[in-house]
Amino acid sequence: MSESNPVLWQPSASIENLQLRAQVLSQVRNFFTEREVLEVDTPVLARGGSTDPYLDSMQSRCDGGGVAEAVDLYLQTSPEFHMKRLLAAGSGPIWQLARSFRNGEYSERHNPEFAMLEWYRPGFDLPMLMEEVRQLLTDVLGDLACEQVRYRELFQRYLQLDPFSSNLEELQLSAQQKTAIDARELDRDACCDLLLSHEIEPHLGKESLTFVFDYPASQAALAKVHLDEQGDQVASRFECYYQGIELANGYHELTDADEQNKRFQQDNVMRQALGKPEVTVDASLVAALAAGMPECAGVALGFDRMLMLRAGAEKLAEVISFAIDRA
Amino acid sequence: MANYSTNEFRSGLKVMLDGEPCSILDNEYVKPGKGQAFNRVKLRNLNNGRVWERTFKSGESLEGADVMELDMEYLYTDGEFWHFMLTDGSFEQHGADEKALGDTIKWLKEQEVYTVTLFNGSPISVSSPNFIELEVVETDPGLKGDTAQGGSKPATLTTGAVVRVPLFVNIGDKLRIDTRSGDYVSRA
Repeated sequence: MSESNPVLWQPSASIENLQLRAQVLSQVRNFFTEREVLEVDTPVLARGGSTDPYLDSMQSRCDGGGVAEAVDLYLQTSPEFHMKRLLAAGSGPIWQLARSFRNGEYSERHNPEFAMLEWYRPGFDLPMLMEEVRQLLTDVLGDLACEQVRYRELFQRYLQLDPFSSNLEELQLSAQQKTAIDARELDRDACCDLLLSHEIEPHLGKESLTFVFDYPASQAALAKVHLDEQGDQVASRFECYYQGIELANGYHELTDADEQNKRFQQDNVMRQALGKPEVTVDASLVAALAAGMPECAGVALGFDRMLMLRAGAEKLAEVISFAIDRA
Repeated sequence: MANYSTNEFRSGLKVMLDGEPCSILDNEYVKPGKGQAFNRVKLRNLNNGRVWERTFKSGESLEGADVMELDMEYLYTDGEFWHFMLTDGSFEQHGADEKALGDTIKWLKEQEVYTVTLFNGSPISVSSPNFIELEVVETDPGLKGDTAQGGSKPATLTTGAVVRVPLFVNIGDKLRIDTRSGDYVSRA
């Protein structure tokens, strides 16, 4: 190797931040132990993957070793499917810190391989789960004021726009004006995603922990759907922000196997329209839901991002032992 | 030219946008919690130097621009074009017009090496080395012994550029100039 291009063998995180990481993990473990939530450890590799049109899985091929057929496996984008199968099998409340993989997600706040803190609470509704997320973050980040705001209110507050009642042209016009994107081919969700990430997120959680809830039903993913006060269909889902950083995504979990299967199929139709490869639907999850998963709420929290905030770091790489460019 | 997707946008990559050749300055990946990802991109329009900020859907692509940045020596002007020659021994020459030269015309000196940006084979911009040595052709007489600080005066250089210089500088002095700011640095 030439001197001008040395091999980066050193960790991207300081030893101090790695010590902090270990300390926070032990805090988290105590948090769940005290609440009698069982720690589990589910596989990173599975036959089915996330069909979400805007999540891309990494893939791996596993040879059968002479006893089984070789099989293509997806590195999981979150431990959700396996954990829900445990819930259906009667595990009760569970949590884990899971290695998760999302292809192409790479920025100062994204690493394609990251640590997801995910937990499920049978019998909880979204307000109860939001409160538990607040308690956990208070343990780790210190006392935090807390604000809860509807998705619709955010758009009204920052963009004087109602994301439900505005027509597509109005959403496209706002997207184009704010970000100089060519908005002609953007659909409603794309306009809303763009406006949320560019114009709203930077303001969120400046002073306090901010929970956003009642997302458009089209963004329900694996959450239940209900009617809000205005009579619009909304997803029973929340996102939690602090200092402009999205930390957690929670659902009142969908338990209807047929509905789940339908959403998976719709996702794949959309993936095809986007020119993306179809993803093998996780038939085991659908079967588990059909067998009966208890009513529950679940949340996935970016452990590395939480650490980044705790450490006062600017980049995710500062709290990950070896960020992807050094892995 | 090849097409480049947003995840290949690296600083320095040359792409076509709205019919103009641009150089990528910065590319930021932005993704809301769940949902579509976007790239917030800063580009420099190589025709006029302006910086544009645009947002693209992740995975969208732009056509590459046939842009080359070459080290070339300034030879002469015929009044309409300023002629440069490649320093790689090929003797290949290109003529840049006044628009391509822009402000660099103030720092143009024969045998000096400049960076010439070619788009589809034609020069669209010329940039100076950061420092250049030029001779004073006109200034008020120098004040003898005044080598200390305090006071400055205008001086015209061989290229016609006017810079502020210390009082002790005389006609015929060679000066080192910072072309980025147009400031006098020292006597050469």
